[in-house]
Amino acid sequence: MSYLHLAIISPLLFSVFIPIFYKKFIRIHTGWFVLPLPILLFIYFLSTIPKITNRQTVTETFNWIPSLGVNFTAKVDGLGLLFALLITGIGALVVFYSIYYLAKEKERLNTFYVYLLLFMGAMLGVVLSDNLIVMYAFWELTSFSSFLLIGYWHEREKSRYGAQKSMLITVFGGLAMLGGIILLYIMTGTFSITEIVAQSGDIFHHSLFLPALICVLLGAFTKSAQFPFYIWLPDAMEAPTPVSAYLHSATMVKAGIYLVARLTPVFGASSVWFWLVAGVGIITLIWGSVFAIRQTDLKGILAFSTVSQLGLIMSLLGVGSAALHYEALSENIFTVAITAAIFHLINHATFKGSLFMAAGIVDHETGTRDIRKLGGLMPFMPITFTISIIGAFSMAGLPPFNGFLSKEMFFTAMVRVTQMDIFNLETLGILFPVIAWVASVFTFIYSMILVFKTFTGKYQPEKLDKKPHEAPLGMLIPPVILISLVVIFGFFPNLLSESLISPAMAAILPSLLNAGGEFVVHISFWHGFTIELFMTLGVILLGITLYKTLPKWKRMYDLVPEKLSLFRFYDRLLEWSQSGSYKVTNKYMTGSIHSYLVYILAFFIFSLTVTLFWKDAFKLDTGNVSSIGIYEWVLAIFVVVGSISILFIKSRMTSIILLGAVGYTVSLFYVLFRAPDLALTQLVIETISVALFLVCFYHLPKLQRYETRMRFKLTNALISVGVGAVVTAIALSAHGNKLFEAISKYYVENTYEKAAGQNMVNVILVDFRGFDTLFEITVLAIASLGIYGMIKLRLNRRKES
Amino acid sequence: MRKTNNIILETAVKVLLFFIALYSVYIFTAGHYYPGGGFIGGLMTAGAIVLLLITYDIKTVTKILPVNYRILTAIGLLFAIGTSAGSLIYDLPFLTHAFGDVHLPLLGELSIHTATLFDLGVYFVVVGVTMTIIQTIGEDE
Repeated sequence: MSYLHLAIISPLLFSVFIPIFYKKFIRIHTGWFVLPLPILLFIYFLSTIPKITNRQTVTETFNWIPSLGVNFTAKVDGLGLLFALLITGIGALVVFYSIYYLAKEKERLNTFYVYLLLFMGAMLGVVLSDNLIVMYAFWELTSFSSFLLIGYWHEREKSRYGAQKSMLITVFGGLAMLGGIILLYIMTGTFSITEIVAQSGDIFHHSLFLPALICVLLGAFTKSAQFPFYIWLPDAMEAPTPVSAYLHSATMVKAGIYLVARLTPVFGASSVWFWLVAGVGIITLIWGSVFAIRQTDLKGILAFSTVSQLGLIMSLLGVGSAALHYEALSENIFTVAITAAIFHLINHATFKGSLFMAAGIVDHETGTRDIRKLGGLMPFMPITFTISIIGAFSMAGLPPFNGFLSKEMFFTAMVRVTQMDIFNLETLGILFPVIAWVASVFTFIYSMILVFKTFTGKYQPEKLDKKPHEAPLGMLIPPVILISLVVIFGFFPNLLSESLISPAMAAILPSLLNAGGEFVVHISFWHGFTIELFMTLGVILLGITLYKTLPKWKRMYDLVPEKLSLFRFYDRLLEWSQSGSYKVTNKYMTGSIHSYLVYILAFFIFSLTVTLFWKDAFKLDTGNVSSIGIYEWVLAIFVVVGSISILFIKSRMTSIILLGAVGYTVSLFYVLFRAPDLALTQLVIETISVALFLVCFYHLPKLQRYETRMRFKLTNALISVGVGAVVTAIALSAHGNKLFEAISKYYVENTYEKAAGQNMVNVILVDFRGFDTLFEITVLAIASLGIYGMIKLRLNRRKES
Repeated sequence: MRKTNNIILETAVKVLLFFIALYSVYIFTAGHYYPGGGFIGGLMTAGAIVLLLITYDIKTVTKILPVNYRILTAIGLLFAIGTSAGSLIYDLPFLTHAFGDVHLPLLGELSIHTATLFDLGVYFVVVGVTMTIIQTIGEDE
């Protein structure tokens, strides 16, 4: 266990002590105890930057299940480090923010921080595991802890609904991903990502390649809220705002992005990968941005905006995978997509985190998040307003903030798609820049709505629960830190390119690098009058026009029928599956023993008949049949006549007596076939059972005692005839297929020699195979005790008396 | 109501019972050489007791034979498992029987087989089980 492992699981270990802190130090907010951990982790991960920048990776292995190839291999490379820094850095800020957001008197802080630490540890595990199974384990732990965090206010129905929805969707994707992992293992024989990447060339034409790809992408798309699985994210906004800021903007929803980036070296060369990742990403981008405008809840807008931004990053990763098709790095103009993806990933985490925190402040200080009630808050909360406007401008892609730079690079990447000469992109490729541009217009509009509807316009004090005022300082520090990062990255974009972006690109596109080479990332603030700049200008102009005329065209959204929305579809799917399975179960679980017997026997007939014909096993061999004498004939006729007449007898008494007659005839058969022990036992047992039947008959309730002949039912007749025929056919075939001699010869020879007896039956019962007898008498004892218990211990009767 | 007098039955049973009991013991002991054994012997003994039950009532029979049949069942199982496990003491597999001739002071030369003890367990269980069932059902209101 190395320090790296300890760092990954330290949040999990630390969470054990949270309840102790909570109980012991009631006066101190529990968050203060949590805060040092993410800061320490952040510093620890910062300390690995020099190594990563020098093209080294830190790999530590801890044996977990070596026999199955499942070992906790922690690997820090550029991509993992980037995510680890995001997780710990924003984690620290979120913990700090939550100290002021959650009141220690009202909330159950112990559970909150336990869940949050669980999530932090799980997320670190996802991004730093090199073993796919270990990664999957952490992956499910993120789903699980996110479920707990969304349902944190579990007394609210909407929280529970949102938690359940996110759980169902992400676990569905997680399980699909597990399937993909197993398929990858079948193809490569290893769970290690490094080794799978090394073998990626060999598996490209494997028949399981495509299923594995689709399974893995299902996992990534559900986790990262891509179309059409994004529907859980808006409902997850029921979580406390620090949770939304942390999980649903900066970290968990980027786990899918991480997965796609991590496996790009494996799958990236496939055209299906390109079309799915880039296509779904760009659809998600426009879908999320268009529907964000419809929202009236601040966090709702932010949720849809997150969906849309995640789609943007996803489409960039998809487009970037095309870079794998071009050999020469120096002329490879498509790596810019990957650069843009990574840069936007960082930017999105900064501005979306601060926007969520600002929305939380507004909610906290006014009591509502509904933009129809808000307005004119600028004089009351100038700092929050500043945070929001910078965050929103960055999100909209306006200079001089970092969002502008990544948006420009996004446009560059999308425009270059049209220059690709693979996957039919010469013709269809034009769709990418067009959709991207339209989506950016909508992004601009909702970003403006977010700021200006909240902070400018008419102040409506009568609609607010509280008198608004600026948030306490502690609540403002984390968003201020994030927003200053937005500005810093905006002015000095190359601050990170050497230390983080280039190593992360090396992890995503390893095959493009020669030994010792590295990606040269240079993000220039000003790159001349290019087409991207004009696109941005167009976005701003059209965006302003549309924002001004918003009330006029917003009614267009009402044209979209509510019934067709994906949210309704999910609800109905859930309803259908419940009512459907209920109906199906009700259909066959009738509660009547008769129908269950019909199922069992029908299946018996079906399976045995099919087997008989399938294996061509039916065989009638009369070669070893002994002669049949007159006694056998007579007895057989007795048995047959007795059995059949039971079916047609009206009186139950007669049936019982006939049954006894059949039993006695069977004992005569035993006599005839020279089995005196059996004959004796059969006689006595038949007598006893007939007597017991008569007891039952005597005690039948008077009301049901009227005697009728058994009614004829076709199914019953068919099934009984079928069972009889099948059993007869099998008995005949078994008789005709004797493969070896019976072992009875041994008993004949050794009964006296070895067991000192002459009654072979008895010697077999008590000596050769006495073990059976031992348990048969146990069965008898249990039966008698059962009868004793049933009759003597009747609690109902005792209650009555 | 005047009690029906079934002196013929009672007298006949007194005689018959003796024969049936004797026959059942014979069937049990002869089991290793001739048809019979613990199972049928036990059933027949139980049959003799049932005959008693038919002739007299349950109270009388419990007075004549103060046996708790559930305990008899347990004793039978103990006999069977004890004989089976006894071989383990001699480092032999479970349920290995031993036999041989033993000289006893009163009875003289006697062939003894541990399988008989096992069979005795079966006998007790069968008597106990049959009687438990019949007595329980008979006592039920």
